[in-house]
Amino acid sequence: MIQDAFILSAKNLRHRGLRSWLTLLGIFIGVAAVVSLISLGNGLQTAVSSQFGISSTDLLTIQAGGLSAGPPGSGAVDPLTTKDLDAIKGLSSVKRAVGRNIVPVKAIFNKRAGFTYAGNIPSGPDRDFIYEQINAKTLEGRLLKDGDIGKINLGYNFYTDSNNFGKAIVSGNTIEVQGKNFQVIGILEKQGSFIFDNVIYMNSDDLDSISNYGDKVDLIAVEAADKNNINKTVEDIEKLLRKRRDVKKGSENFEVSTPQASLEQVNQIIGGVQIFIAIVASISIFIGALGIVNTMTTSVLERRKDIGIMKSIGATNSQIFTQFFIESSLMGFIGGLVGAIVGQIVGIVGIIGINNFINGDVPITINFWLIASALFGSFLIGGIAGIVPAIHAANQNPVEALRE
Amino acid sequence: MKEENKNSTLINLSDVFKHYYMGDNVVKAVDGISLKVEEGEFVAIMGPSGSGKSTAMNLVGSLDVPTKGHIFLDNEDISTFSESELAQLRGKKIGFIFQSFNLIPNLTAKENVILPMTFQGIPKEEREVKAEELLKLVELDDRMNHYPNELSGGQKQRVAIARSLSNDPEVILADEPTGNLDTKTGDIVMHFLDKLHKEGKTIIMITHEPELAEHHAETIYWLRDGKVERVTRKKKGKKYIDGELKKLVAKRK
Repeated sequence: MIQDAFILSAKNLRHRGLRSWLTLLGIFIGVAAVVSLISLGNGLQTAVSSQFGISSTDLLTIQAGGLSAGPPGSGAVDPLTTKDLDAIKGLSSVKRAVGRNIVPVKAIFNKRAGFTYAGNIPSGPDRDFIYEQINAKTLEGRLLKDGDIGKINLGYNFYTDSNNFGKAIVSGNTIEVQGKNFQVIGILEKQGSFIFDNVIYMNSDDLDSISNYGDKVDLIAVEAADKNNINKTVEDIEKLLRKRRDVKKGSENFEVSTPQASLEQVNQIIGGVQIFIAIVASISIFIGALGIVNTMTTSVLERRKDIGIMKSIGATNSQIFTQFFIESSLMGFIGGLVGAIVGQIVGIVGIIGINNFINGDVPITINFWLIASALFGSFLIGGIAGIVPAIHAANQNPVEALRE
Repeated sequence: MKEENKNSTLINLSDVFKHYYMGDNVVKAVDGISLKVEEGEFVAIMGPSGSGKSTAMNLVGSLDVPTKGHIFLDNEDISTFSESELAQLRGKKIGFIFQSFNLIPNLTAKENVILPMTFQGIPKEEREVKAEELLKLVELDDRMNHYPNELSGGQKQRVAIARSLSNDPEVILADEPTGNLDTKTGDIVMHFLDKLHKEGKTIIMITHEPELAEHHAETIYWLRDGKVERVTRKKKGKKYIDGELKKLVAKRK
């Protein structure tokens, strides 16, 4: 009987007009939003993280506070110094601290000038540490090594035709930076963030020769002695710098950030977006449910005669109820189905887009549980929305209904 | 409640009243009717509009319950039945034929015939076979998958006849079955009713056309103002012999 009710309801739905389907927009939008958001979630996090330059290692970074319009630390008002760096190196909870400088530079290539940033790569074991932290791999050519003078690596964006120089720069090209010629020996893989992709990498001696940052340090990368107790390292550094820079707790003009904290920040942002979309989706689904109540009520009124006929040929009240209830559930289900399909497509396209943008490999996942619960949920919402109209249908007086 | 001495009485209305209250006015639609329908009988309920014949039919068809009095169908007092028992009763024992056909527009002819069987929980295969047989019986086997709006009035009424038969009802209730049809099409519909009668079905027809009642029915109850004014009975011979339908159809063409 239930099966028959489904078939009968489906037949009735086939004859529904456009008006009925339009009321499903709410459910459709709500479900599409939820499904696309959740299937995008992973990719979204990866994308935002990479924009913030967060790698998933145990690197701590220290920056001076202040107005920063470029890469991290480069615009600080009261910059960190090599003395700060040495002091940090001396802490027992610090295994390694590496100072990094990133300076704005003027580069000329193909007879065109462009403003960009140059960053130093330290020598010795610190080099491998930094390479590891920035996840440096070459797309072509090789990475810088100790003793490379007058040679540079370039971030991915220089390798594209859409750089500021009119044509892509490849290994072997020579490029003028701050009036000095450098040979490009390698292009780094795309990281998806301007922090990495727009930077000219050179050895510290070369950077010294084209800029005069003196004992200023833009950024200090720190490896904790105990990876399981990073917070201790953070506290030690903060205490040390407060003292050295003579600031009170709570009004620091520097920042020690852990990937963990940055990731939390990212998740907070994504969480906020998710909550917002969830609210929009809930409202949309609620309106969709009201739409179903409305269209089902109208449908009951329009089909009073049919109800009378069905009663006269032996339909019981509960059979009439079941039929309208299932019809309403099916409406919700259809809205949810279309929403889930569209949401999933948006999710897949979004992840493909993110992957292209950050050169990542976020896997495209089709979450069947998510889709199944979306479908079940919309079926349920349709059903709940249909209860009152279905009761109304079941309680029609056959004599009056037939008189229509 | 058995009435042992009246074994062949299928329907028995004993002093049945149906009053409607409209504000302070009491509308006595049915005002004390008693009638009996024997098994296999063709009964007509005649009367002008407002005579209470439609209400009487609703009561016999268990679509409505009497204000007072008892209605026995198959020796059961249906005036005490609950709403869902009445629905079951309608589905199993009564086949309705309406003046305005009352087919479900969203369903094909065959699906319309299947529907009453669905409500009785008859298995799918059985329903299909039976619906096809019944549509063959009313000579609509070439129209099974047509929707009502693709059928003529006469065809619709024949689908309705097939539908009324789907659960092998004890009685067929026809409310002005030819009321919306021209004479010739009406004759064809009546031919099928006669055929069913000849096969032993009990038929109750509501009509306001005396000729129709006299032509086809064996017993006629004449109603006026909610009361039985008179009853006429006659021995009725065979109405249509085989082949006559073909002549009727030929005439239409």
